[in-house]
Amino acid sequence: MKLSRRCFLSFTIGAAAGINLTPLPWKLTDDLSIWTQMWPWTPVPADGEYTFENTVCTLCPGGCGISVRKVDQRAVKIEGMEEHPVNNGGICVLGASGLQYLYGPFRVESPMKRVGNRGEGNWKKISWERAIAEVSEKLGEIRASGSPEKIAVISGNKEGTIAGLWKRFLNVYGSPNYMTPASIEDSYEAALYLMQGAKGSVGLDLENANFVLSFGSGLLEGWGSPVWMFQASAKLKEKGKVIQFEPRLSNTAAKVDQWVPIIPGTEAALAMAIAHVIIREKRYVKNFVDTATSGFKTYQDLVIKDYSPEQVAEITGVPESLIVEIAREFSEASKPLALCGRGEGRIPGNIHEIMAVLALNALVGNINSEGGIWSVPKPVYINWPDPVMDEKALAGLQKGRLDGAGSEKYPFAKSLLDRLPKVINEEKSYGIEALLVSNANPLFTMPDSAGVKEAFSKIPFIVSFSSFMDETAKFADLILPNHLYLERYEDVPTPSMFQKPLVSLAKPVVKPEHDTMHTGDFILKMAALMGGSIADAFGWDNYEACLKETLGNQWDLLKKQVVNVDMGFSPNPWAYESKTGKMEFVATAINKSADSKIGIPHYEDNGIDGGPGNYILIPYDSMTLSTGYAASSPYMLKIVSDKVLYQNDTVVQVNPKTASELGLKEGSYAVLATAVGEARVKVTIFDGIMPNVIGMPSGLGHTAYDDYMGNGKGVNINQVLGTVEDPVTGLNAAWGIRANLTKA
Amino acid sequence: MSASEEKAKEVSAEAAGHGADTSKEQNTTGIVFIFFVVGLAASLLAGWILFPKVLYSQKQQPFDFNHQSHMAMVDNGCQSCHFFREDGTFSGAPKLAQCIDCHEYVQGGSEDETIFVEQYVANYHEVPWLIYAKQPPCVFFSHAAHVKGAGMDCRTCHGDIGESTSLPVYEYNVITNYSRNIWGKNIAGFKKNTWDRMKMDDCSECHQKNDVKQYSVQTEKGACFVCHN
Repeated sequence: MKLSRRCFLSFTIGAAAGINLTPLPWKLTDDLSIWTQMWPWTPVPADGEYTFENTVCTLCPGGCGISVRKVDQRAVKIEGMEEHPVNNGGICVLGASGLQYLYGPFRVESPMKRVGNRGEGNWKKISWERAIAEVSEKLGEIRASGSPEKIAVISGNKEGTIAGLWKRFLNVYGSPNYMTPASIEDSYEAALYLMQGAKGSVGLDLENANFVLSFGSGLLEGWGSPVWMFQASAKLKEKGKVIQFEPRLSNTAAKVDQWVPIIPGTEAALAMAIAHVIIREKRYVKNFVDTATSGFKTYQDLVIKDYSPEQVAEITGVPESLIVEIAREFSEASKPLALCGRGEGRIPGNIHEIMAVLALNALVGNINSEGGIWSVPKPVYINWPDPVMDEKALAGLQKGRLDGAGSEKYPFAKSLLDRLPKVINEEKSYGIEALLVSNANPLFTMPDSAGVKEAFSKIPFIVSFSSFMDETAKFADLILPNHLYLERYEDVPTPSMFQKPLVSLAKPVVKPEHDTMHTGDFILKMAALMGGSIADAFGWDNYEACLKETLGNQWDLLKKQVVNVDMGFSPNPWAYESKTGKMEFVATAINKSADSKIGIPHYEDNGIDGGPGNYILIPYDSMTLSTGYAASSPYMLKIVSDKVLYQNDTVVQVNPKTASELGLKEGSYAVLATAVGEARVKVTIFDGIMPNVIGMPSGLGHTAYDDYMGNGKGVNINQVLGTVEDPVTGLNAAWGIRANLTKA
Repeated sequence: MSASEEKAKEVSAEAAGHGADTSKEQNTTGIVFIFFVVGLAASLLAGWILFPKVLYSQKQQPFDFNHQSHMAMVDNGCQSCHFFREDGTFSGAPKLAQCIDCHEYVQGGSEDETIFVEQYVANYHEVPWLIYAKQPPCVFFSHAAHVKGAGMDCRTCHGDIGESTSLPVYEYNVITNYSRNIWGKNIAGFKKNTWDRMKMDDCSECHQKNDVKQYSVQTEKGACFVCHN
């Protein structure tokens, strides 16, 4: 039998006919259509029980309550907590993207030890036992050598039990060097102390104010507790008026009732001129000024002599008639409020500017009164017994702080972290042998990046407790990752600028994703291993036990409702803790020998270095870019405008006049140079910025995380920004820097 | 030979050849037909017998489970373990939390219970049950609407699993990865009982028969969007 072509065709036809009599083609078609809709790589959320757990967001100092939506044990969404006194159900973009930090590949998954050169990024996993042993051994050696003051802690926690544990550890160890990144709140606290003798934090009764003068504060740019500020601004718009003085048309300036452009750095002069009109026209609240204040005469003389609207119009660029009009409107309002602190309040600023604004508030009688500016006592719940100190510890503490805070020169500052790089680089004091960085990323967030890096290079042993591979962690010798905020307990004190004292409790809503350890537990374990008086100072088995004991009867309440707030709190506008018992227009606490004006609110052109440059660079903040410890999330970077970040280039804003002077066009590349550093930038031409001023976004230019977290996206503004020491507090008062912009 | 002679010879040769071809052709047609039948048979065999064997593969459940013995011990039927949560969502396969009260320690001594207690309860690992009735993620299905709203019996869709003494073999489609129970055991898609198949046509059959609302309560959309989101 010979197989012909016909046979083959016949077989095929038979097979084709047969296959159509089977379910195969129909079933296969069905399966393939299902298959194309269910690509195996398409993520499908697992089904399970839906629950919500409330806790506190600690990604910024805002202190918002959050509701974490979980499916079974997996967190799938973060929403604002309903009826929370701070954010009342609202949430910001950083808070909403919290899960990207939880699940992100840029987290440090276990303790790591550096192998190879610093900053190279080569790591070896080590166990927690080994990590604790290495750190305590190293610190033990430094202490044994007789110079315990040579260790320092840089921590993002200003208050609360984590700050308390670190400070206690440093105390019994013998180092005074607990440093925290400064912000506008530090300056406010100093000003409240100087003018009122108050030891609390600043609070704004925004809900009850109806006329707000904002001297550059980015109410919609992340200033204070951002969500609270958003909600308060929305209410203010309905029932009152907000006037924004700012050299740049920011989001806030665009949304408020009136934007008044002002020459940068002259806000204090404007506040003084408004005071001038109010005093000259006898518009101030006489009863309050006469009864509850002191030093008014001296202040009045200065205001009348040096700050007439005519004089100040020249300094600030704000027309004389407008100053008078605003001053009248302000004094006539039933609940006026003036506030200052530029952008999101990242830079502490000039003390005299804050004093000028506080004085303005005093004139309209709203210090510590409804709708005004309050001093809010810090919640007192940490009542640990004083530790027993050995001789080494006492000797170490005698050496004084490296950054000079609390010294004779800077008696009003608690921490002057921004001074640290200079002190180390110029070898003005003893050096640092070991630096522990907790909940902070100073290599990214501090001005003068190159200077900070130089200083850090001189420190032989750096430990980072960061949950993320951030710039500081990458430069460290050991990384001992903390649990993320969603995985840990922590007490969270009163949010930035909030007017009611409150304590919140962050609690673990999910189990730790990685082999991480609560920094509080690490401190306790390290202390126990070091033994002696150090171990004796810590009687707790673990951090949770410590927190539970510390919070006492608040523990159960906080676990249940997250926040404990004293809603009935209101300060007394007639009683102050200052030496005179009054609200002082002239701060008697300041030693006046240096400068006759130093205790009086006034304007001084000292917020900028005299370095080279024909233009002035000012940083600007926005809600879509995080400038703090938590870097901007991938969600946030997605919504950054291409007028802020164009592909990988930072875009700076320049007035059309300045641009034509420099021969720059929209989209031109240029080199921005200051006394501190240089950066290649792209230019956008913007009518909303004053001539001769360059606006540059902050929060860009990470280098350590990963591509999705903005590695190489723009330049870090801190590469070109420097610091200026405030003459009274020593805090950084630089609101900008001189710069040159040349076509690239 | 002349040219005409040659031509005559060719013609006769052709005629002779033609006679031989006729018998050969009959022979070939038979073979060709046989090939057709073989092809037909082969594909029928492949389509009906071989194809299901290749299309479906089997997976082992972590351990066996006796529904019947558990049913005898509970008061509320299927919903004793497969319950509705407070928010109306359906819990599906029970979690450890529900089993642990009785099974913290080995009770009966069956091999399967020992596996359960030692490997899952002791370490608090959820049992990775393979779900026979799991629909693709693009299908929106609410148990509450059917069981609570329409008062349907579990059996209508899930059959007599509640009376079984051991779990059936879990088969899944190698192309789609879904359980065989969705298409049904019968490869041709024929069914005898309502629970034999769980495809879209089976849903719509019942929906049409009972004149169910032809739009989604949540989205108020009709047609495909009643069930597909």
